[in-house]
Amino acid sequence: MKVRAQIAMVLNLDKCIGCHTCSVTCKNIWSNRKGVEYAWFNNVESKPGIGYPKQWEDQDKWNGGWEKKNGKLELKAGGRASKLVNLFANPDMPEIDDYYEPFDFDYPKLQNKSLSEACPTARPVSQITGKPMEKIHWGPNWEDDLAGEFEARAKDKNFEGIEKQMYKDFENTFHMYLPRLCNHCLNPSCVASCPSGAMYKREEDGAVLIDQDKCRGWRMCVSACPYKKIYYNWESGKSEKCIMCYPRIESGMPMACAESCVGRIRYVGVILYDADRISDAAGPDDEQDLYQSQMDIFLDPNDPEVIKQALADEVPQSWIDAAQKSPVYKMAIDWKIAFPIHPEFRTLPMMWYVPPLSPVQSQIDQGNLPTEADGVIPKSEALRFPVKYLANLLTAGDEAPILSALNRMLAMRSNQRTIALEGHTNKEVLDQVGLSEEEAEEMYQMLGIANYEDRFVIPTSHEELRQEDPYAFQGQNGFAAGNTSSNGYDASSGFTLFPSSRKKTVIPISIVPPKK
Amino acid sequence: MTLHNFIFGAYPYLAGTIFILGSWIRFDREQYTWKADSSQLLSNKNMRMASNLFHVGILGIFFGHMFGMLLPHAWWQMIATDVQHQWIAIYAGGVFGIMCLIGAIMLFWRRISNPRVKAVSRTRDTFIIGWLLVTVTLGLSTIFVSSGHAAHGDVSSMIALTEWVKSVATLSVNPNLIQDVSLIFKIHIFFGMTVFLVFPFTRLVHVWSIPLSYITRPYQIVRTKHVRMN
Repeated sequence: MKVRAQIAMVLNLDKCIGCHTCSVTCKNIWSNRKGVEYAWFNNVESKPGIGYPKQWEDQDKWNGGWEKKNGKLELKAGGRASKLVNLFANPDMPEIDDYYEPFDFDYPKLQNKSLSEACPTARPVSQITGKPMEKIHWGPNWEDDLAGEFEARAKDKNFEGIEKQMYKDFENTFHMYLPRLCNHCLNPSCVASCPSGAMYKREEDGAVLIDQDKCRGWRMCVSACPYKKIYYNWESGKSEKCIMCYPRIESGMPMACAESCVGRIRYVGVILYDADRISDAAGPDDEQDLYQSQMDIFLDPNDPEVIKQALADEVPQSWIDAAQKSPVYKMAIDWKIAFPIHPEFRTLPMMWYVPPLSPVQSQIDQGNLPTEADGVIPKSEALRFPVKYLANLLTAGDEAPILSALNRMLAMRSNQRTIALEGHTNKEVLDQVGLSEEEAEEMYQMLGIANYEDRFVIPTSHEELRQEDPYAFQGQNGFAAGNTSSNGYDASSGFTLFPSSRKKTVIPISIVPPKK
Repeated sequence: MTLHNFIFGAYPYLAGTIFILGSWIRFDREQYTWKADSSQLLSNKNMRMASNLFHVGILGIFFGHMFGMLLPHAWWQMIATDVQHQWIAIYAGGVFGIMCLIGAIMLFWRRISNPRVKAVSRTRDTFIIGWLLVTVTLGLSTIFVSSGHAAHGDVSSMIALTEWVKSVATLSVNPNLIQDVSLIFKIHIFFGMTVFLVFPFTRLVHVWSIPLSYITRPYQIVRTKHVRMN
């Protein structure tokens, strides 16, 4: 047993309102630079939909993640030799139009246009070419709130095994939001496919990062990530990705996306796992066993054996303490209401999701839907969302764990309703789903109230105890890209024979009206 | 010093020195600029064909020059006569040269005509693919001369050129060795040497970073921030 700690997240889809605050916060901090205008380290998709980039879940198209080949775990796009053979042109590389052509609007036109009959318009300007664009064809949230026709959205991979035509009708339509970020996987296929060895997983907190100095821009990680959460910066020629807000995590703060979430849907905590058994966890023959096999390598932070081994493996005591209070552990292991997204990709993702309930109150009021004994809360099989869809998304198609989770969440609500209206707990409904009163109460606190201290249990990385190799930092200058102090406007000032920044980002900034 | 003596006596060392030192300094000081600088994300059309033709072609040409010109003459004579050697060079160079030529034309055309690629191209990006295109065209046009020689069993030019390359490599350069070879060879050599001269200042530096170590590396990499000081 080798105990390693990982910062993990649970996203409670039941409460996501699709406000995109997480995406915008993240963008403003990390990817508002030239070359990554199109990149959203965090984005929110409307499901069903094909997402961003288009059809990212379809690995027949992108060849991301891992697969079992002759009983062995191998990169789906091919192993080492195939990577080198395809080095000159990556056959699985998405094009910018699979994401979208980044644009800004020519706002100064609105102020500077001389007086005319017609209303002036701010035309979109491509942030790559700087030329006006005739029409915007796609964007990171193009299908927001089920925009577009059903036929296009129905190409969603999660419809597999579902008679989807009936969901075309307005009466039967269903919808959820899916916030997505890098999963900081335990078995990352991006790291495995980096020919330069520039990508790595950090031992202390499990963040998957790209060494910007070592990256040579071979772009194998871009295609290898089945979640398409690695972005090629066309300006710097290096790949970039979500860095788990590590400067914040190191000081015990939640990621910006988690902290800024207005719906309080995000939970961040520590998971201890057995690093020696990663290949076991990623290796079951049946895809539907992957959810269970991943849970199997998570270690009980209260087990004395685990604690002993964790300390021996240099996991700090404060991290063990945090693991014991981890909201992620509670939801994933204790209550089993959170699931890894697309476990069949075999990367062992560490951003887990609580499936959404989707009752239709008016239908229940009219008595059209079967309900639990209380006559108010609907049965999980009768929810608007096809369980199969959620199962395709979260458990490789196995409906049983999803139904169990939905039932537990419904029972918790039903119990809470009885407490509020009748003044006592509803033991019967809790027994049906195997929850104790204490567990139901704790679940209510965690999901319903979602206090800051409950949602975020993050130990600091003990920088004060860190021993660094000062020689390794010689010649480096902090967060700067290259030898200048910023990648912004002064990046290419000064003389160098070596290539520096390309021309400046195209932003129409002449906001002062022209002189007459 | 005549121009001939400068270009074939001093210039190889000038280019070679800048090639080595420039690469070293850039690798040491400018890691962030050390990359293949792919634009495949911006335009993927025909890239598999263009890029593979170009790269396989140019690598074939590079190793062809290495083996053909740097292996000792005696070794070559063990496996082939001088005329056979010349025909091997003509055919191998022809095949790889045409691959490289087609690839280079496609890449150059893409760079100057595709709006997105054009917009993000630095001058030196367009320059280097253009320069390589001219160099390979010159290289291919030497075949008209050398195949004429080979047809008459005349290997003097080839011997002179390989001897000159060896004299450069052994730091005992003798520009007189190629005083009398056809002008096309000389122009091609000048263009080729210039590739090495500009190499450290262009995207070509990624050639140094062919990731062969990936073959033997374990898939997963874990790094620790903490330095264990025992």
